[in-house]
Amino acid sequence: MAESILVLTHADETGRSLTKLSMEVVSAGKDLAARLDAHLAIGILAVDSVSAAGTVGGIGAPVFGVSDEAFAQARYGTDIAGYEALYRAVQPTIILAPQSSRMARVAAGLAHRIGGKVDTHITAIRTEGGLEVSRWLYRQRIETVITRSERPWVLTFEAGVYPPFEGTGGDVVVEPVAVELPPKRTKVIGVRAPAQAAQTIRPDARMLFVAGAGWTKKQADGQTHALEAGELILGFLQKTGASLGSSKSLVDQGGDGQPVLPFLTHMNQVGQTGSTPRHAKGLATCCHGEEPHVVGWRFIGDRRAISLDPNCGWARGKADVVYVADAFKVLAKVNELLGSRR
Amino acid sequence: MLHALHIVVCAGIVPDPLQTLEPVTGANGPALKNETMLPAVLDPWAASALYEGANLVAKNPGSKLWLVSMGPKAKLQQVMMTVAQKATFELVPIDSASNGFADAHATAAAVADAIEGIPGLEKTRLLIFGGWESASRGAGVTLQVVGERLGITDQFMGVDQIEMREDGSFEVLERVEGGKHQVSVCAGAPAVFGWATGNLPEPRGNPQIGMANMRTVMPALQKAKPTTLADGGLKFVSATLPSQQRQTRVVKDLAPEVIAAELVEWIGAE
Repeated sequence: MAESILVLTHADETGRSLTKLSMEVVSAGKDLAARLDAHLAIGILAVDSVSAAGTVGGIGAPVFGVSDEAFAQARYGTDIAGYEALYRAVQPTIILAPQSSRMARVAAGLAHRIGGKVDTHITAIRTEGGLEVSRWLYRQRIETVITRSERPWVLTFEAGVYPPFEGTGGDVVVEPVAVELPPKRTKVIGVRAPAQAAQTIRPDARMLFVAGAGWTKKQADGQTHALEAGELILGFLQKTGASLGSSKSLVDQGGDGQPVLPFLTHMNQVGQTGSTPRHAKGLATCCHGEEPHVVGWRFIGDRRAISLDPNCGWARGKADVVYVADAFKVLAKVNELLGSRR
Repeated sequence: MLHALHIVVCAGIVPDPLQTLEPVTGANGPALKNETMLPAVLDPWAASALYEGANLVAKNPGSKLWLVSMGPKAKLQQVMMTVAQKATFELVPIDSASNGFADAHATAAAVADAIEGIPGLEKTRLLIFGGWESASRGAGVTLQVVGERLGITDQFMGVDQIEMREDGSFEVLERVEGGKHQVSVCAGAPAVFGWATGNLPEPRGNPQIGMANMRTVMPALQKAKPTTLADGGLKFVSATLPSQQRQTRVVKDLAPEVIAAELVEWIGAE
């Protein structure tokens, strides 16, 4: 079957260029089109798709755009109508899209509307035996390679699978696509960032710091030291700019009346019940547990751990280095050294 | 003014996170080794949706909560023994050998059919809840397709909070990139909410609620008809465990000062 590919993209918050992840998927589309000898088209959803199209200059493929003030906001009803219009204009067999929060909100609904199927969180593609894609199941615990016979097939790509497309600049001819938007029952009123002092999973950080439940357990003196633990952790985060992850057990402790680290919320959860962030380095402290928690740092490159238990499931076989030591003492010294360096 | 809501929580069951999973290839494609023997739990993010739904129902008198759950009947019964103690709901079971390898589109079709079959459900009051992704397939597909099948075009994913307003509208916080929340206001039901973790802790089990729930749960389970899911053209080429063994260097008997110095150097290294 001859394939044709449509790459669906969206503008960033400036409205004048496409998001980085969109540009990565443009690269994916270009590569896949070459491999499958398929027709390629780019679809842009933006307030002004012509303005946003400049970043794909030199792509060598037709560019289609839907433009409307409504696309200034990421909203299911209007976004899906815009993407559906782009699909109808191109009628591709394969649709590639970024795994952004905006696209993830509508990709499956879109697939259903156009009579197709969707597979999300794609981490690799191969074409040797037809189009096959990789994705994880059971929260990054089982890796699968899948294929589908049905078309159209929507695929959303994780970040980092392809480098961003580097356009040559210049004017891009955008074919405008008319879109009929539904009544807007939902109004986006803004974005709420966590308070400046609050620490969450931050994708831009180079390092992930994982706080385990051990921080609030009784220490060698038979007492808990949650306040001291909180100060040490916050001090470390302020000095390093690290992203803060935690286990569900530590986040949930507040509800059980146990000592808590007050700055931790469910947004910090990593692992089976939380996120699986991607950072170059990870430092796990006072963590314990096995596979379900460890998936929290499946995509962490260089991993170290501080634990009193050398056989801890977070560390043995999962970390590059485990320091068998008291994290309270080590982190206090680390903060001291980091402070003196500044 | 308070508004009576009809909240339907869609929640699958997954192997207990403490279990080790191993893929095997059977006659019907990939599956988990000893899958029938693995203890199961309610899918974690969908469980958050259940607790948030129960909380909303408690705050809005006249509201009602249903739990639509798909899985093998025996597994559903096992999971309900625990879940039924957490919140008051009416179970709508779908008896199916569903797992992470099942096609999300077929799953959504079965779930949507089950919701449409709920007697007395009013669409003008309907809020569809679920996890934004499951802990099995982790695709974030099922809820959206359920919404589309039911004609609901106000959908929110990665939800951490809903605040109902007096006029029946509600403010929603959805997770977006950078650890931030997008804040939206929706005019009112019907709507679909794919929950992240929300803000509520897991409720303590209450045996009285459990006993009251089980009076309807057991008959519902007995009546559940077996459902076979179509594969939707999905074919698994392979399913493997990731290579995850690292050569861990275990550092013992070092003073905190020495460890700290090594860590600081490592943190600063490019």
